[in-house]
Amino acid sequence: MVPCTGRVDVIHLLEAIEEGADGVYVAGCLEGDCHYISGNLKARKRVERVKKILSDLGLEAERVEMYNLSAAQGPRFAEIAREMTEKIKNLGPSPVRATAKAA
Amino acid sequence: MVVAEQKPLSEILEMVQPYKKILVAGCKGCVTVCNAGGKKEVEILAAELRIARKKEGMEGDVREITLERQCDPEYMEQLEEAIRDRDAVLSIACSVGPQYIAGRFLDKMVFPGLNTTFIGGSLEHGVFAEFCQACGACGIHNFGGLCPIARCSKSLLNGPCGGSSRGKCEISKEVDCVWQLIYDRMSRLGQMDRLTRVIPCKDWTTSRDGGPRKTIREDLRL
Repeated sequence: MVPCTGRVDVIHLLEAIEEGADGVYVAGCLEGDCHYISGNLKARKRVERVKKILSDLGLEAERVEMYNLSAAQGPRFAEIAREMTEKIKNLGPSPVRATAKAA
Repeated sequence: MVVAEQKPLSEILEMVQPYKKILVAGCKGCVTVCNAGGKKEVEILAAELRIARKKEGMEGDVREITLERQCDPEYMEQLEEAIRDRDAVLSIACSVGPQYIAGRFLDKMVFPGLNTTFIGGSLEHGVFAEFCQACGACGIHNFGGLCPIARCSKSLLNGPCGGSSRGKCEISKEVDCVWQLIYDRMSRLGQMDRLTRVIPCKDWTTSRDGGPRKTIREDLRL
């Protein structure tokens, strides 16, 4: 549980990947609407860093994403969830998953 | 502080590739402050190594430790237990750290995970700049408290040169001409006359020209 996407750090996303997650996305408030001023902007930068790390490791950068939406946008939330699920399905299982499961 | 930055991940992966059991060792000193080698960076780098190995179907046997400092013999003792069953240590202290590890643990391979870049400070969060070149004989009082050795691209002691334009150095619009800053500051302090004084040639034997340096404090020795 985090109070704001500004608390989401690089290590949290990497831990999910390390444990075998096929994809991870961060859903933050709309840009300019952060209750903590810039939490969602910081989260976006961290997601960008993780994308770079995944590329350096030979994994698809698209396995992590950042989305922005307000708490009142339920249909958009569902749309994003479907979009991300579809994208990850197309990428296939993470090559990390088989080893993570066996361990 | 000593400022350092992480080596490219590809270089690190290649260095430690032949070794199965790795210890990533961080430092709570300078490299924590410049966000290059503290506990947080240890966690991230160790996770990266584990992911890289799991991706290849290998066991990700990568452990983590962060020492108070890696530049003091007494803190090296904290490594004794953690290093015992490891094949290699990846130190993300400044380059002093891996050298201390190499000196103490004679049968262990040690690799530097960082490039040590300079002695400097932060300009803003995430931006660090060079302020000192450790020449061993500080004379910044002659220059309004600013160091022309570290901050002038040519280390001129009698600048500015012809490459100074609108307060910037010719090497980049991002780099201030420190001689402009020196003149501005000395003018503000009403000390321009100090710049007309003849100062003897700098004795560089206190810098690297005198070989590796050592400081001995007899009052502190046991």
